[in-house]
This record gives sequence, structure tokens and C-alpha cells, in this order.
Amino acid sequence: MRNKFSDAFFEASIDNERLCLIVADISPAGSLAKFRERTPERFINVGVAEQIMVGIAAGLAMRGFQPFIYTIATFSLYRPFEFVRDDLCYQNLPVTVVGIGGGVGYSTLGATHHAQEDVALCMTIPNMTVLAPCDPLEVEVMTKWCAYQQRGPVYLRMGKAGEPTLTETAEPWQFGKIRHLREGKDHCIVTYGVITKLAIATAEALEKKGIQTAVVAVPTLKPLDREGLGEILSSFDDISVVEESAPRALGLEVEALAFRTRFTGRLQTFSLRDEFLHCYGSHDDILTAHGLNVGTILNRVVTGK
Amino acid sequence: MPNSDTSLIRCRRYRKRILEISQQVSALHIAPAFSCTEIVDLVYNELMSDSHVDGGDVFVMSKGHGCMIQYVILEEKGLLTSQDLDNYCKPGGILGAHPDFGNPGIRASTGSLGHGLGMIVGQAYAEQLKRSQVQFYVVLSDGELQEGSTWEALSMAASLRLSNITAFVDNNDFTSLERMSVGQPAFYPVVEKVSAFNWSVTESDGHDASALRSALASLSEAMPRMVVAKTTKGKGVSFMEGVPIWHYRSPNSDEYERAILELTSSA
Repeated sequence: MRNKFSDAFFEASIDNERLCLIVADISPAGSLAKFRERTPERFINVGVAEQIMVGIAAGLAMRGFQPFIYTIATFSLYRPFEFVRDDLCYQNLPVTVVGIGGGVGYSTLGATHHAQEDVALCMTIPNMTVLAPCDPLEVEVMTKWCAYQQRGPVYLRMGKAGEPTLTETAEPWQFGKIRHLREGKDHCIVTYGVITKLAIATAEALEKKGIQTAVVAVPTLKPLDREGLGEILSSFDDISVVEESAPRALGLEVEALAFRTRFTGRLQTFSLRDEFLHCYGSHDDILTAHGLNVGTILNRVVTGK
Repeated sequence: MPNSDTSLIRCRRYRKRILEISQQVSALHIAPAFSCTEIVDLVYNELMSDSHVDGGDVFVMSKGHGCMIQYVILEEKGLLTSQDLDNYCKPGGILGAHPDFGNPGIRASTGSLGHGLGMIVGQAYAEQLKRSQVQFYVVLSDGELQEGSTWEALSMAASLRLSNITAFVDNNDFTSLERMSVGQPAFYPVVEKVSAFNWSVTESDGHDASALRSALASLSEAMPRMVVAKTTKGKGVSFMEGVPIWHYRSPNSDEYERAILELTSSA
């Protein structure tokens, strides 16, 4: 994802001279290094100082530039949170906050580097748009969208590296719309972000058990496609929400929507636990520790427990 | 506005107007505005060119709670109306106790301390990229220098060589709770600290326009500049000077009369 972001940003920066990148002591990998070489004046490394990273981005946006701030999700969002809220959201400036390794992707670095609450948090801030790409292709199309949008601040919740392509044959990405990634009539998994890979693997495993499982991605968490999700609720009797997030984000929204639409089927939510885990390993290991793997989800879907 | 007015005359007029508005609301930040009245007057009436237009020089009241002085100057310059000021902090009005980005003449939402200088750094860098001549002026409270974010901004302003920034510290030695020199003696000295961050910095009397002018004239044009202005919170009304309650409180009618009388008799 990082590489695809870098390529898309670099390409956009050739056409759009208003693009700026402000990083906080993170190495500009791949094409970001090319961006820095080509237009050093539009690349600022503030060092380990995230509040001024946001402040500078706000100031640049106020004078007509289109800045992206870029670092690990915990540092682009949590450390300067009040600056994101006041400088970017209150003033409604078109700045993209890129959070690398959203969720628990930095699996060996401990909870200081885990952005579990990022999506839930950003969904509550007025004016904030929340995008969470599920694969490098979504990263590409969203990055280019962010490079030109004038709605206001965006939180772009990214993974890291090595994510597979999942949307090659899907309908084109549209801002604010859900995406049907896999067909199925018995069960529907609603998901977003890097964990979509796990959702699809779970759907394939369920299919082997005779449960035809659809997968729907929600790449735009805010504004949420309530109409699209309403159609999912009216089309399926058995739905799961799978998210790599604290249990207060999409799952809660879909539950609320189900309540409002008098959904009578079965709705299960799968998320990170409401805990800081003191364990290490691969990304999959940490997800498993949070109860997020194919076996656990499949078992709950099959047994309903 | 009569341009020939001296700073003394203008500042007396601004203080009276602020007191007048205070009679319509139960609380407003009088003392923090009186503390930086001469500084903001100097910025608007002597330093800034084209403060009325989008491409002109920019002022940000980083100590957002001092904004009454900015409002009355913007009123005098015709950017805000007297109705805007009469509706200060009232339903239907556009002006609150802190500056709100998007209101006429307001170039950043402040109020939460430690944000203004950072946004000025971004704006000043943007104008440097455009090779424009726009100058940026900002007033910081001394309390804001307790915020780590201010030091991040000071460091980046110098690192980016932003010679288009002039900052004033309204050094009244008061925070909401207590005197800086009592609560955090290590805050001083300020000049040496900021100087060590590669700013051109000096001290001045913050209520004397000619002292402020001389201080500015002594600073380098090649780097960001700061004047640490020694001020008195509540300056101009003796019973408000250095008395913490006037950080928030509006005077009652008797106090109002006394304050107006004092300002008038000082003429």
C-alpha cells in the first residue's frame, strides 16, 4: 500500500503543483523519494514533532496548497489529535491525514504503535472524511481523489506493505459508496481496510461449508453509505461486520442501522477487543489474539455463537 | 479612521469601545485584550499593508482570548460592523470569545493555546513558496510558550528560514491561575531561549509604541523576529491591572463608569 500511495502521490504531484507532503521523521519510500528530489520545496520533514506537522499543513491549505501529512497512524492522528480537530476539522481545510499501519499492523511494536481507535475516533469528528482502502488499487484511486478534493480534511487509513490486490474485477470505486467484492446469497460479510483479505478468505471457507457468502467493502466510512448498507440489510438475513478496529466503528453503525430498519435477521460484529494486548508476532498473530481469524469467525457464523 | 491619530489616542478609544461592549455581556476577556492593545494597534495601523484584502499582510491573534482588541480594530477598519460587535457572544451574532476562521479579517481559529504560530509557519512557508511579499504578524501569550507545540513551531520557523514572520509575546506574566514567574520560574529568561532557536529576538515595553518600533528596528530582516513585550494585564484601568478576576469578568455599571473616567482623564 505504501508503494502504491507513493506512486499515486508522485503522479498526482506532476499535474497538481499545489500538492505538498509533510512527514514526521519517516523515510520517504519509493516514489516519495522521487517527489522529494523533484520538488524538494514541497516536501517538509518536521522531525519528531507531530503538532507542527499538522499546523504547517493547515497553514499551507489556508494559502491554497493541498497538503498531505504522512506518518504512522498513531503519530499522524493521536499525538496531534487536538490539532487535527481544531486546525483541520474545525476550519474545514482540505488536508489528507495519512495513517500508515492503521489497526494493529505494527504487530511487533506494541500498543504504542497500534491505531485501534483511529476509525472510530475520526468518524466522530465533524467535517472529517474517513477512507480506508482494502488493497493497493483502492489506495491508488483514493490517493488521487484526495489530491484534488476540496470537501475538507480526510483521514486515509492505510496498511503497510504486501497487501494483495482484491478489487481488480470489482465495480469502480466511488466516493461514499459501498463496493460488492464477492457474490453470495446466504451470508454477507461487511468489511473495510486491510482485513478485507481475511473477510474474503473467511467467505471462501464458508463456501466450502455450503454457505454462499458475499463480501461488501465499505471504503468510505464517513460519510457512510447508509442507503447501500440498508440494501444489504434488506437483502440478507445473516450478516457479519468484520473490522480491524476498536468495537465502536462500523459494527456499531450497522447495528444502529439494523435497529432503525427493523432488521430481523442475525447480525454479528467482529472487531478488535476493547483491550491493549501485551503480545507480539505477525499481523495475523495479533489479529488472532484479538479473536480475528478465519477459524474463529467461521465458527461463530456457522454456530451463531 | 483618522490616520493621524497617535497610538495613544487610538488605544484609548479601543479600550473604551471594549468596555462599552462589556456592558452587554456578563463575561469577556478585557484584561488580556488591554494587555496587548498597543501591540495589536501597531500591527494593524503601522506595520501591516493591505490588511483588508486577501493578498495582503496577515495577523493572527494566537492568544485567541485577546481577540476583543482585534474585533474593535476590525470594526474601525470596516471589516466588522458595529452590529457584529453589538451581537458579540449573543445568539445570531458571528463573534464569540475566540476568533473563528472565516469571519471577516480572522485568519485562523484560535482559542486553544499553542496553535496560532504553527498555522502561521505553514502560511508563511506557503507565501515563501509563492515568492510573495506577504508579511505575517502574530501575538502570543506568555502562557502559550508553556505549550510544547509553540516550541515545535519556533524551531520549524527558523529551520525553514521564514523571515516573513514577526511575533510578539504579550509578556504580562499572568496565566489564568497565577503569575508565570511564581508558577514556573524556569520560564524566564525568554529572550535567550528563543534566540537559541535561531530567531532574532529582543525585549521591549509592550505599552509604548515608540519602544516597540525601536525594538522591531533592531531585529534582523533575514530571520523570523520576535519582540518579547513586557506588558501589564488589564493595562489602562488601575483597578484591573494585575488583578486576576478581570481575565474574564465584565465590570458592573459603577466599575464601568470608573474605568471610562480613568481612561478619559488620562487623556
